[in-house]
Amino acid sequence: MNGAPPSALALDGVACTFVSKDDPGQRYTAVRDVSLTVADGEFVSVVGPTGCGKSTLLNVAAGLLAPSVGVVRVFGAPLEGLNRRAGYMFQAESLMPWRSARENVAAGLEFRGVAEAPARADEWLRRVGLGGFGDRYPHQLSGGMRKRVSLAQTLVLDPDIILMDEPFSALDVQTRQLMENELLALWAQKRKAVLFITHDLDEAIALSDRVVVLSAGPASRPIGEFVVDLKRPRDVAEVRTVPRFIELHEAIWAVLREEVLKGYRQQLAA
Amino acid sequence: MWNRLRPRAATLWIWQLGLLVVLFLLWYAFTAPGLLPTFVFENDRQAAFFFGEPLKILGRIGTWFTGVEIWQHLWVTLLETVLAFAIGTGLGLAFGLWLALSPMAAAITDPYIKALNSMPRVILAPIFAVWFGLGIASKVALGVTLVFFIVFFNVYQGVREVSPVVLANARMLGASARQLLRHVYLPSATSWVFSSLHTSVGLAFVGAVVGEYLGSSRGVGYLILQAEGAFDINTVMAGILVLTAFALLLDALVGRIERRLMKWQPRAGETEKL
Repeated sequence: MNGAPPSALALDGVACTFVSKDDPGQRYTAVRDVSLTVADGEFVSVVGPTGCGKSTLLNVAAGLLAPSVGVVRVFGAPLEGLNRRAGYMFQAESLMPWRSARENVAAGLEFRGVAEAPARADEWLRRVGLGGFGDRYPHQLSGGMRKRVSLAQTLVLDPDIILMDEPFSALDVQTRQLMENELLALWAQKRKAVLFITHDLDEAIALSDRVVVLSAGPASRPIGEFVVDLKRPRDVAEVRTVPRFIELHEAIWAVLREEVLKGYRQQLAA
Repeated sequence: MWNRLRPRAATLWIWQLGLLVVLFLLWYAFTAPGLLPTFVFENDRQAAFFFGEPLKILGRIGTWFTGVEIWQHLWVTLLETVLAFAIGTGLGLAFGLWLALSPMAAAITDPYIKALNSMPRVILAPIFAVWFGLGIASKVALGVTLVFFIVFFNVYQGVREVSPVVLANARMLGASARQLLRHVYLPSATSWVFSSLHTSVGLAFVGAVVGEYLGSSRGVGYLILQAEGAFDINTVMAGILVLTAFALLLDALVGRIERRLMKWQPRAGETEKL
């Protein structure tokens, strides 16, 4: 460990137990014993069955949620309060509906008191392919466009860590592949640490350096870790046909399959 | 001819105006003494006594608006309405934001708010007259009590229903507590205020007129009160018509302001037929 730079993001023995507000006796442990690191410049994906607490992990990493047990370290320093070095791209609609696309992208810069916020927002809108849409309000944009605005909104602040919670899950397949390629291109320029949550294994393998598999909830934990040694730059559509991709897919799916079935049975039983 | 007049978007106003004319003609026909045989009242002057006569009413409105006095009354009523609306909205916004953001204060004041809201506030008018005199202050106070609760409840609801994702996103983008208030809570709350704008302007107007009616020396409500004292039903009706037109005008104005300020809100689009 001597001299090695600390990981950009490290979750160490994290557990999250929620207490029901109406009935304090009711407890639900979403995740337990989660240790996870993301090195600087590394793209890590977390896959798992639905309802396994993937988003909980991301909220912990963002500092929006304090873990019941365990610590989060950001570049070696224990995290208290919000994670100021992280940008977070949410799964649900997160744009402010009363701000135009430009104002939404500029929001983070404005909060920090950056003078040339609108100009830099415009630059980022161009970079995500929305150069002419700065004056549109979110409701005037399509779902894919809104996701691009969200991406620009997160990246304009140049965060050291990027947290993404199934950002493209609501998009159609074509738009999704376009966005994934754009994300890879943008990431390749800056090489930030990325923690990417998804339920789509193809997406996870195509994008990441490493894929972590979570077990079915409750009390889910990482049960497998796979290094994706596919060469970059990748095209998310083409990489799916590479033999190594198929091998990795089979290996990870073998672990994930059982958990997905378990999660499904639990949902049926509930 | 019929094709050009068929009811559609472009000819809507003709039909609306036509309906108004028909209503006035009916009103005239049933109240003009001796025009139709009486079937409800005992003599042919009673209908006119109870319902007024449109021609005389329009004549009264005509003499009002060619003179100077009416403008002063209208101005007072307008001033009361605007003041009641502005003060009520300001207070409602401030209290709504405060209570929505501090749940403990909200829990403590909850029964009092409920009590004040369910109280019929028109009965406060005499008290306000004692406190603030017969000038515009007492009417403004009555209007404020009416507007305040509408705005308050809407702001309270608006703040509580801010999307948690939008809020978390703003926090992750680095917004401080003050910036959250200014850039997230306030815009979200104002959208709710504007959705209640028509109601609150209407109530400010009600407060002003009812206040005048219960005791004043100026305003359109005062004109009506005076005429009623003399059983001058035509003047009462003229006052009501002027008030109604005035309220319509205010409502249209509010609609314009609303459309300008709420352009970020989605509205169902319609395709154009080519």
